[in-house]
Amino acid sequence: MDRVDVRKTYKLFIGGAFPRSESGRTYEALDSSGDFLANVCKASRKDARDAVVAARKAFPGWAARTPYNKGQILYRVAEVLEGRRDQLVTEVSAAEGLSAAEAHAIVDAAVDRWVWYAGWPDKLDAVLGNANPVSGPYFNLSTPEPTGVVAIAAPQDSSLLGLTSVIAPAIAAGNTVVVVTSYDRPLPAVTLAEVLATSDIPGGVVNILTGDIGEIGPWLATHLDVNALDLTGVVDASAATAMTADASGNLKRVLAPGRDDWAADPGTARMTALLEIKTVWHPIGV
Amino acid sequence: MKFEYAPAPESASIVDIKSSYGLFIDGEFVDGRGTAFKTVNPATEETLAEISEATADDVDAAVRAARRAYEDVWSAMPGRERAKYLYRIARIMAERSREFAVLETIDNGKPIRESRDVDLPLVSQWFFYYAGWADKLEHSGFGSTPLGVAGQVIPWNFPLMMLAWKIAPALAAGNTVVLKPAETTPLTALLFAEVCQQAELPPGVVNIVTGAGATGQALIEHPDVDKVAFTGSTAVGKQIARSLAGTKKRLTLELGGKGANIVFDDAPLDEAVEGIVTGVFFNQGQVCCAGSRLLVQESILDAVMERLKDRMSTLRLGDPLDKNTDIGAINSARQLARITDLASAGDAEGAERWSPSCALPESGFWYAPTVFTGVTQAHRIAQEEIFGPVLSVLTFRTPAEAVEKANNTPYGLSAGVWTDKGSRILAMTSQLRAGVVWANTFNKFDPASPFGGYQESGYGREGGRHGLGAYLKEVR
Repeated sequence: MDRVDVRKTYKLFIGGAFPRSESGRTYEALDSSGDFLANVCKASRKDARDAVVAARKAFPGWAARTPYNKGQILYRVAEVLEGRRDQLVTEVSAAEGLSAAEAHAIVDAAVDRWVWYAGWPDKLDAVLGNANPVSGPYFNLSTPEPTGVVAIAAPQDSSLLGLTSVIAPAIAAGNTVVVVTSYDRPLPAVTLAEVLATSDIPGGVVNILTGDIGEIGPWLATHLDVNALDLTGVVDASAATAMTADASGNLKRVLAPGRDDWAADPGTARMTALLEIKTVWHPIGV
Repeated sequence: MKFEYAPAPESASIVDIKSSYGLFIDGEFVDGRGTAFKTVNPATEETLAEISEATADDVDAAVRAARRAYEDVWSAMPGRERAKYLYRIARIMAERSREFAVLETIDNGKPIRESRDVDLPLVSQWFFYYAGWADKLEHSGFGSTPLGVAGQVIPWNFPLMMLAWKIAPALAAGNTVVLKPAETTPLTALLFAEVCQQAELPPGVVNIVTGAGATGQALIEHPDVDKVAFTGSTAVGKQIARSLAGTKKRLTLELGGKGANIVFDDAPLDEAVEGIVTGVFFNQGQVCCAGSRLLVQESILDAVMERLKDRMSTLRLGDPLDKNTDIGAINSARQLARITDLASAGDAEGAERWSPSCALPESGFWYAPTVFTGVTQAHRIAQEEIFGPVLSVLTFRTPAEAVEKANNTPYGLSAGVWTDKGSRILAMTSQLRAGVVWANTFNKFDPASPFGGYQESGYGREGGRHGLGAYLKEVR
């Protein structure tokens, strides 16, 4: 008789822990052919608020870590992800309807993307900052600082590479994040959460909610302790416009919805959008 | 010993204020189709001139002119040629700086000492600085592709300086602009239109439309505007962000603040007191980055307050054109009412008010320099932007408490730190959530230095290399 396999319970990832939705709701995640894969938590607005609290609590500590340390931790994510490649190939393949070879390429690209961002924290100041030559006896320095708590609508199509490509720049820049995953393709995100939980990423830096951005997004858009809103994965244009309008309530920085080419060189735009420039003056004298 | 001052008025004869002004569209002055309004001298309440109101149709004409100039002339012109126009403007602003300073003081109410020594030098320098970027954009880090037509709405507190902060980088990057000055301070912007003519700037590159909120709204909502830049209140900034939702327009906002000026027990006190006074009484406190909350380490509160009151007692309030004047007029009756209202809330909530004995002129809009002690974080005067010469004093014991209190507002524009200890300066400046932090100085500005806020103080930067990014297409 064949061994009966042990299935995984797919849960949310909030504050470094894996709770179920407080609402008790789940929905069925299906593969690309419509077959059942798993029941996943359907996060509620209360889960979203809990995640914002966790992200806010984690923000000062994460932002204050040295750039080298942040870089090492992001690299550690790549290391741990590398060891989970087979599992993720299976999940990405099922979710996105890809061949094993195609899914392999995507998982490899996701690992490599973490490596790419791992190199950024200790270079952002050099690339984005300036010593400014003011016309007076003053030392004047501009440096980038993280915006704060970022709510992210992960891409609906690209369940791992796209997800990685919106989380990694935000945290490389020193922000903490609340991510709502692809609704139809949530499983790779939960596995990524397990990778993050074992990769020295402090609890609360990344919070991952499986569920419907159309339901949770408006609560995040109006949340006064969220500083930026990345609408990449909001497909409904009128919903995106409404969330953008609501984000004006506390002047969140908003990244417009849209499909990126996740295989392309990501550039720095996703980090710069989530950075503030601080300028410090001090007199020069003896 | 008491020093007496003889009046030392700057002559107003250098300016020639017309009885009425039109809009500046496509290189020419034209009449607006709206209901003309008056601009007054806030120090005397005398009407200075009638100003045309731009209707939505007028704004449309201005945007069309800007679009034509963008397509046909300005975006196609090599950067080195655009640069020379901006250098011309910088030079003309320097040549005519006294005239502009006097006009600014008459229309705004700010002391001539400030308009002459701060506003105008910075205006000329701003154009000179960005002129040099026009042919070096590929080195900016933002590419060299402009956005198109910029709609710019500016406030009344630094009318000409805000114009320079908006127009200089926009033009250097290859955009054309339609700018709306504030309805209470349109005169220097309209005189600037003459400078554009003197510089022979191609028609339509700069257009100036005057009016109040409706004119501004027509401008920012115009479908052919690619970029909106606004400086003003946080409340209006939020409305603009909301109204642009779902459009492709790029937006930068430079909004309000409630800056904390933090004084530690080892600070050089005389310098700190000068910094406190500069921080909150510069431009009658009508400054978005004003140090309107003073956080004093508890052990030196009495010493600081004694020196501060002594210093405030020497401030001279009165005729803004008098070269000895420190505190000029509040810009409008409306702003005076707002200051009066919020300061009254300070009284009502139990803070203790102090002002030096200070005679206020009989006509005009005036508010005596005022300090409130015994302020708690929950008081309205500790949370809301007063935008007037009113200082709220709070205390702290530890650096951590200072940071906590300083950051305890939805704003994040400016902060100040006064201490003799270098390592503490660096620790404080890195923990304060504000876009501009002045250590052992306050209210310093330079075109090479980026300026702008965190959180509800807005987004985007003006000044420096970063300021160019607001007017170039590439996001990186």
